[in-house]
Amino acid sequence: MTRTSWQTPLYDWHVAQHARMVDFAGWSMPVQYSSIVEEHHCTRRAVGLFDISHMGRLHFEGPGAAGFLDRLVTRNVARLRPGKIRYGLVTNEQGGILDDVLVYHLTDARGQSFYQMVVNAGNREKIVRWISSHLDSAAGVAFADQTLDSAMIAVQGPQALAVTRALVAADLQRLSYYSGTVTTICGYPCVASRTGYTGEDGCELIVDRAVACRVWEAILAQGRSCGARPVGLGARDTLRLEAAMPLYGHELREDLDPFQAGLAFAVDLEGHDFIGGDTLRALRQAEPARTRIGLELEGKRVPREHCPVRDGDVLVGEVTSGTYSPTLERPIAMAYVRPHASYVGRPLHVDIRGRLEAATVVKLPFYVRPAT
Amino acid sequence: MVKPEDLLYSDTHEWVRVEQTGGQKIATIGITAFAVEQLTDLVYMELPEVGRLVTAGGEIGEVESVKAVSPLYSPVDGEVVDVNAELPDRLESLSRDPYGDGWLVRVRLTEEAALGKLMSFAAYQQQCAEEGH
Repeated sequence: MTRTSWQTPLYDWHVAQHARMVDFAGWSMPVQYSSIVEEHHCTRRAVGLFDISHMGRLHFEGPGAAGFLDRLVTRNVARLRPGKIRYGLVTNEQGGILDDVLVYHLTDARGQSFYQMVVNAGNREKIVRWISSHLDSAAGVAFADQTLDSAMIAVQGPQALAVTRALVAADLQRLSYYSGTVTTICGYPCVASRTGYTGEDGCELIVDRAVACRVWEAILAQGRSCGARPVGLGARDTLRLEAAMPLYGHELREDLDPFQAGLAFAVDLEGHDFIGGDTLRALRQAEPARTRIGLELEGKRVPREHCPVRDGDVLVGEVTSGTYSPTLERPIAMAYVRPHASYVGRPLHVDIRGRLEAATVVKLPFYVRPAT
Repeated sequence: MVKPEDLLYSDTHEWVRVEQTGGQKIATIGITAFAVEQLTDLVYMELPEVGRLVTAGGEIGEVESVKAVSPLYSPVDGEVVDVNAELPDRLESLSRDPYGDGWLVRVRLTEEAALGKLMSFAAYQQQCAEEGH
């Protein structure tokens, strides 16, 4: 990578805490502060703080914004009520996945409606180009990439709302899952949402970059008594994998369609005209060539991306993400396999560096948080 | 008590201690505290069988952390005469006592040339300072 990394507003804080920094999608990000397993358990048992400022934050307003986004993503944005958030995909004309995104419909402090899209760090420039190329034919849309002006902090875990409640003006407990609101945190303007990428309860907060550090430290101080800790990208990956949440570049790619990825729920085909929609309507009727599954392994060796998956002598697919699961205390993986090999309970083998390891197809997600 | 200052080091983060036993030179091999700290969250380790012939720079096993798998290399030429068989079941020994209980294998040297390529403690510390942090 020749270009210099972007730094989040919390970069100096991470370095001062001796976090191990890595390049991720052109951003210098903390992969871990202490141990990935400890940070993972802290999020599952108490609360973890994640700097996710590298995620792209795109702003849309104006009378044409709803219609524009409705054509751009697989969800019916035109019918999205204020305060609601939807997980969706940006697809190309062939139905291939360009990115997976969150679309927020919000109302600002003046009562003005606007939309926000949160995109993957690694896809931000591609999506901004995609948006710009389609803006020409759209009227009444003001678009701005606000990523570098703002920060985004995820607070995740069973204690997340108890910790943030004291600092956020809005009552997050009364927001339903996948809802958001414009409010304040520590007195500073913020967008707060009941969203996350860990399989835990919690919220994500967007604030101005100038106050990011103050807000981050205030949440950490508020959470100290219940064990709040900063959590790096290492545990973010093990947490999302246990929750079977797809990661772009692994489970999601341009040569995969949403149905193969198991994301039919994120595609509104009925009465919804969007880019790639016609192709996806046709694909919906067909048997997919491959399908996303979960694998649990009996041994201790950990399957990694690109490990072949075998059914006897037959190659049936490939691992897209694998890790040691700190919660299940065994190796797990997500993979794409041919449909006949995808049934829960099916014994398969993963070829890990030339040696076959026994695996079983299991129901996704690997981890479901206990009911509260 | 083993002192890190008395050991030899490979650029792939193995340490070596050579002892004369009954007319034979036996090398005890492990991985350094720096390597263990860099790996973190170890979940699995595979070591060679007794009797295996190893060459300097050749793979003798693997160590797996939550994030990645790393090969283990032999810093010497010879035959494996002893393996710390319990180590894979108590990987915490590696962080607690990497130069003692955390040893990996003992190798009877058949050739001593590779020893000349190993580093002193001071030189190894210099390498770590350049690689890390």
